[in-house]
Amino acid sequence: MSSLPVSSSDSKQITSTNEAEQGMFVTMTVANQIFGIPVLKVQDVLGTQSIAHVPLAPSEVLGSLNLRGRIVTAVDVRTRLSLPPREGGEPSMSVVVDHEGELYSLVVDKVGEVMSLPSVDFERNPATLDPRWQDVSSGIYRLKDTLLVVLDVARLLHLEQTKAA
Amino acid sequence: MDDLLKDFLTETSENLSTLDVELVRLEKNPEDPEIIGSIFRLVHTIKGTCGFLGLPRLERLAHAGENVLGKFRDHELDVTPDAVDLILASIDRIKLLLEYLEENEKESPDGDDQDLISALNAMAERKKEAAAPASVGEGIPAQEPDEFGFVPVPAGDMAALQANMENTEAPAPKERTVPQKEALHTEVPTAAPVVQEKDSDRTGKSGNKVSSGSSVAEQSIRVNVDQLETLMTTVSELVLTRNQLLQILRGEKDSAFTSPLQRLNQVTSELQEGVMKTRMQPIGNAWAKLPRIVRDLSHELSKKIDLQMLGAETELDRQVLELIKDPLTHMVRNSADHGIEIPEERLRAGKPETGVITLNAYHEGGHIIIDIVDDGRGLPIDKIREKILARGLATEAELASMPEQQILQFIFKPGFSTAERVTSVSGRGVGMDVVRTNIERIGGTVDFKSVVGKGSSFSIKIPLTLAIVSALIVECATERFAIPQISVVELVKASPTSEHRVEMINDTPVLRLRNRLLPLVSLRKTLRLGEDTLRANGNAFVVVVQVGNSTLGIIVDRVFDTEEIVVKPVAPILRNIDMFSGNTILGDGSVIMILDLNALVSCVGNVSNQAIHAQATASAQSAQTGGTQSLLLFKAGDGAQKAVPLSLIARLEEIDCKKVEYSSGMPMVQYRGKLMPLIPVVAEAEVPKEGSQAVLVFADQDKHMGLMVDEILDIVEARLQVDLSGRRPGTLGTCIIDERATDVLDAAHYLSQAFQSWFGEEQTAYGVDQALRRVLLVDDSPFFRNLLTPLLTVAGYDVTSVETANDALKLQDEGLVFDAIVSDIEMPGMNGFDFVSALRGGNGKWSKLPIFAMSSHATPRDLERGRLAGFTDYVAKFNREGLLNALHETLNQGEIHHE
Repeated sequence: MSSLPVSSSDSKQITSTNEAEQGMFVTMTVANQIFGIPVLKVQDVLGTQSIAHVPLAPSEVLGSLNLRGRIVTAVDVRTRLSLPPREGGEPSMSVVVDHEGELYSLVVDKVGEVMSLPSVDFERNPATLDPRWQDVSSGIYRLKDTLLVVLDVARLLHLEQTKAA
Repeated sequence: MDDLLKDFLTETSENLSTLDVELVRLEKNPEDPEIIGSIFRLVHTIKGTCGFLGLPRLERLAHAGENVLGKFRDHELDVTPDAVDLILASIDRIKLLLEYLEENEKESPDGDDQDLISALNAMAERKKEAAAPASVGEGIPAQEPDEFGFVPVPAGDMAALQANMENTEAPAPKERTVPQKEALHTEVPTAAPVVQEKDSDRTGKSGNKVSSGSSVAEQSIRVNVDQLETLMTTVSELVLTRNQLLQILRGEKDSAFTSPLQRLNQVTSELQEGVMKTRMQPIGNAWAKLPRIVRDLSHELSKKIDLQMLGAETELDRQVLELIKDPLTHMVRNSADHGIEIPEERLRAGKPETGVITLNAYHEGGHIIIDIVDDGRGLPIDKIREKILARGLATEAELASMPEQQILQFIFKPGFSTAERVTSVSGRGVGMDVVRTNIERIGGTVDFKSVVGKGSSFSIKIPLTLAIVSALIVECATERFAIPQISVVELVKASPTSEHRVEMINDTPVLRLRNRLLPLVSLRKTLRLGEDTLRANGNAFVVVVQVGNSTLGIIVDRVFDTEEIVVKPVAPILRNIDMFSGNTILGDGSVIMILDLNALVSCVGNVSNQAIHAQATASAQSAQTGGTQSLLLFKAGDGAQKAVPLSLIARLEEIDCKKVEYSSGMPMVQYRGKLMPLIPVVAEAEVPKEGSQAVLVFADQDKHMGLMVDEILDIVEARLQVDLSGRRPGTLGTCIIDERATDVLDAAHYLSQAFQSWFGEEQTAYGVDQALRRVLLVDDSPFFRNLLTPLLTVAGYDVTSVETANDALKLQDEGLVFDAIVSDIEMPGMNGFDFVSALRGGNGKWSKLPIFAMSSHATPRDLERGRLAGFTDYVAKFNREGLLNALHETLNQGEIHHE
């Protein structure tokens, strides 16, 4: 399995049905913007969790939490996208993703639904998009009344670049 | 098959596959000393083991390879592709030989490896063309064992190899006999892959102590080690979950869960114990090879050695066992080779002919202690000293002030071996550093004592298992952290009213603990958890930890109890925070970070080195000044005790505050018909309106400066053990005087303050006719540089100071011009005598300059030697009048000559 080419086929069961499922996304909202993550990346959706702060960690990392005996690192998508912090007291939700065998919890404002999106509605990032967003987005889906930004989990979790910048 | 041979084959094939990878890496990064080191150690191990097993052909080949690698390591040879090719070819040959060995259980009698050995030797010799290689006998056939099972090694061959070794003249060719394992021929050959065999072997041993024989297969099954690991991890998780449940239940009385949970608790504990047991092996397994090794060694070295093994049944985790096997073997080998003397020597020393090496393993508080004790000659402290000097690891002055134990610690430095002769056993500098690294890698510590003539004793302390460690849970700024229990020495509660209190030197907290200053690290500050609360109330918990040789205290808010934790690696996203070695989930389900104490130590500045360094410099200074010097103790500014060398002070005065006048905002007072500036110790301190002000008067020629202090305490004779780590403007560092932390005042700082602002103008005017003389000050001690620079500056010289004679010579090459040089005698690297000879002998611009020697050794003989070497004059250190007079006289004389 590990020798499979890296692409959307991160999970072993779906290799055959890969094509059909390619357009399935878990949607979520951060600062009124809808984002999507390929559904196969997602392990879990959690409500507000108690997160243990990790000193000296990059600002995007909120801390770590215990998910059924596994340590999950929580990353604040708002901070990662250089958005203003959540208003105090507002509940957050998180999407737990598996990245290279480690679990990360992406903390967002709200998690929506699972959407199947036709590839005809897909477009590449507009060239004028904020470079910080360009960096973590792999494209845009045109929804009926809004736009959905597809998040590239690997790049989202690659913090060195942002730190160096 | 013979156990030893089997182990050897498995180990070697593992090693060889690593080697292939490493060599390819080396080719890519030829400068990486770490890779070279690790390759060298691997080949060394192969060679060593071959020697013990009586596999001369393999040993010779490995030895020749090792020579070349040794040159790589010492940078005597460049890592070129051909060199790597040659090494790879040798490794392939070793593999071939091993294959044969595995099938036939003896070394291949056909052919030899002279081609490769000669090529390797030629390679090793490449840099030293002058020393022609001893003729390598071509085509010497590999000898078959004779009827006694001995293989004579051709003498010429040995000599050729010996000639290649560094620092060694070829010893008289000696017929070395390598015992051949007789058992090789008798046991039934087996076709099963070696690795599997080893596995079965382990399982057999761990289950039941079965001596050997047919019943093993019936009583035990082979289990893949990975499977055991997975099982262990799962059980660890179960244990944690159980702990969580128990914690929840603790809050609820009479719950329906109570009794099933109790049952779960019990079963989990049993399961954990059971799984742990499958991983446990008696330490005797790691010792199995030792009697043979010692026996062979005693034959080879003509010594009588008795190896006693106690506590062989003590069990520990197989992972740990694997990791300490090599260090243990190495240490026993060392004891036999270096420790135990030959029988005649022993008899002369009044000891029994037979030397005893004792291995003793036992449990102690969740750890296993393994002692390796021999009654040999002990570590040769003089040789270690020589070696330290030769390698430039410390200066003579530093060594002189170090306690013996500290000097002995140097044996743990890489490449440190005191064996006079490189034998096939040891003495190549693959040594104690590896032992220590391996032991520390598994969270263990190694400690040792040695008494010359009586023997040495090593003590290894290792955790029972690596999967679960016990950790002290502490709290800081409402966050909890785990500190590995093995490093925790003690806990101290400090408060302003108790015996232990935290004192501040500037902003650096220290704790006085049994007459020593313990450097403290505030966890809050290090982890940036917010403002320090220490100053506010002075209450603190200090966790005293020992990491390597350094001891330091960690200030935390609260200390909870110890907990068994399962160490989990931190997420890759957080891996560049080196302050944490891992994280874990506590019984209550919360995630906490495990502190990496090594990182903590290095983050606060290498405490140990600094302490050692400061101690060394300070004692070197006090050695130079005859041990102690007079210090004036006073209080100023923040109320902390301060000290200044009395030799710098002209007078102590009480000045009536009413007489203080101000000129451009600066307080001054009329003193002996002149105005004397008054400088506060702490900036912005005001002169009181009423009463009197205590002043330390620093004087030079007709200039005076008054330093305002709160209270003059005492004059004491003390050793200046300055800890330079606390340096900041105004102080040279801190030391303990009268059991109190004391700042040593930097007179230079204040003198320059006074004279820049007050005498600055006058000095320029003065400079016209005196034409600022330029003086070069060469002294390795920052303390002296700091004392002398202001002294000379105030006396009207333009001072440049450098640390070493080499730095000074560089300045000469750069074309700088000076009127005089003042140089220390004892300096690391080039000493004062060599320095002056170099100047006088050279054609540089400085060859005719007046050069003054400064030393504490001012005996007539030293003076004579100084003058012979070319010094203009010789002044005792701390004789500032003498130095100034000498400079003044000589330079003015020179002027007369010029005119």
